[in-house]
Amino acid sequence: MTDLTALSLAEARDALKAKTFTATELTDAYLAAMEKARVLNAYVLETPEKAREMAKASDARIAAGTAGALEGLPLGIKDLYCTEGVRTTACSKILDGFVPPYESTVTANLWADGAVLLGKLNNDEFAMGSSNETSCFGDVVNPWRRKSADGSVDPTPLVPGGSSGGSSAAVAARLCVGATGTDTGGSIRQPAAFTGTVGIKPTYGRCSRWGIVAFASSLDQAGPFARTVRDTAILLKSMASVDPKDTTSVDLPVPDYEAAIGRSIKGKVIGIPKEYRVDGMPAEIEALWAQGIDWLREAGAEIREISLPHTKYALPAYYIVAPAEASSNLARYDGIRYGLRVPGDDITDTYELTRAAGFGSEVRRRIMIGTYVLSAGYYDAYYVRAQKVRTLIKRDFDLAFQAGVDAVLTPATPSSAFGIGEKSGGDPVEMYLNDIFTVTVNMAGLPGMVVPGGLDAKGLPLGLQLIGRPFEEETLFQVGEVIERAAGRFTPEAWW
Amino acid sequence: MSVDRSTVVRVAHLARIRVADEEVDKLQGELNSILGFVEQLAELDVSNVEPLTSVVPIAMKKRADVVTDGGIPNKVTRNAPQSEDDFFVVPKVVE
Repeated sequence: MTDLTALSLAEARDALKAKTFTATELTDAYLAAMEKARVLNAYVLETPEKAREMAKASDARIAAGTAGALEGLPLGIKDLYCTEGVRTTACSKILDGFVPPYESTVTANLWADGAVLLGKLNNDEFAMGSSNETSCFGDVVNPWRRKSADGSVDPTPLVPGGSSGGSSAAVAARLCVGATGTDTGGSIRQPAAFTGTVGIKPTYGRCSRWGIVAFASSLDQAGPFARTVRDTAILLKSMASVDPKDTTSVDLPVPDYEAAIGRSIKGKVIGIPKEYRVDGMPAEIEALWAQGIDWLREAGAEIREISLPHTKYALPAYYIVAPAEASSNLARYDGIRYGLRVPGDDITDTYELTRAAGFGSEVRRRIMIGTYVLSAGYYDAYYVRAQKVRTLIKRDFDLAFQAGVDAVLTPATPSSAFGIGEKSGGDPVEMYLNDIFTVTVNMAGLPGMVVPGGLDAKGLPLGLQLIGRPFEEETLFQVGEVIERAAGRFTPEAWW
Repeated sequence: MSVDRSTVVRVAHLARIRVADEEVDKLQGELNSILGFVEQLAELDVSNVEPLTSVVPIAMKKRADVVTDGGIPNKVTRNAPQSEDDFFVVPKVVE
């Protein structure tokens, strides 16, 4: 039998339906692959017993003819999603040993459709990071490695992107057929670009945030990772829902995203924003972008240069809004109701010692920035100004869409994957610049997808980003699949 | 704008995060690097711009003010570092 983990999610789904193999066999294949790949540190908790139990139940439903849309498909879940009875930590020491007594809405939707839980995936602590180097469980290693000029493999470990680095690495290394991620400033799309996988952050309000550990509530969205555009369409259909438990969940029916794939993009207007041509961008990324434009033009799309003049202000505005919301959201970690407690002389002492010991340095930094910009006398100068800039960023996109643009094509990241430790030195801003192309999308609440476009000279994957109109994810799947068909798929050579 | 040592100490206390004396200088440098980066927003004229309050133009959903859940104190306190008889045990707060 061929390696079951090599199948795409759609292929595995169809084969399970045709009874070519069982859900138990598929789950066992992934559990074996996970065991062999522990050096990547993608999973922070493997749940083999639960996985086998769920797969067995899937096999029973397949036999009974009551299979769901994701029946028997083994998934990895980012450790930011609360899973009932299964430890959830957001990869922070402060949530040490937390076992949720409830299930997040998104994962509940996945299990209701028959999916199988393989385990919890590593991420940057509280999703704060772009390299998965801030997790209390340690760094995740990218399954991709650089090639030297002579063609030999450079063993330097590379980052898988972040914050959903466990998700991107696990999908690329075939340690799950698909995974969930969350995206506050690029945390699905940047890791997808670094690992040659497909990731989509849907429109704000499309997936319920209930039961997902909060980072910055006006920016956070759940979304899937998979190895093909079609696979992400299948996963998003199950993840998305209208949820009365999330007041920002939008009352719109969830379309059949998979049906959008294969439709012609003839006549679609693709905007190319001139402001994304930034100083110091590698020529390879510029070339890939031009290649992407050619692919879409050849497929019949109309290419139109557009202007999004406030693009460069998105990242600085984000580094006010996101820390401000984080400082408020993370106030709940007080050592009293759950997680870590470091006893002090009195209640304030207990709070301060607990939070100093429980939060890592990046999280502490962001809480302090957030506390500062919200403090008396600074609120208007920082927070209100940033929210006004956000209005301008959103207006740029609104005007482009009103002028007839269906989707915007940009590079996904300013570089390919970098080495572990290369950017985690002195200046935090250097790391933040990784999200320069993705963060605008969160600020405006729009859907954004990253599709692999090619490999750079070092043999590392590079991604292209598509940005869509609110709640028009179907256009992204439709256009994304055109890029995928032209570019091909990219798989790292297994060395682990 | 940049922060001095005493502001770093004050903000850490507001955030209820204990910062050791020897960490203050490093934190001050990092916070000032971030504040320097966000400074470029001052270039923009935002005098006639409304702050964004919601990216999706919808009215906040409301529900009836009724109890929909409860009676599960053991579930609520199960993850507490210290609990007794379905109560959270906390350090003495009132003298």
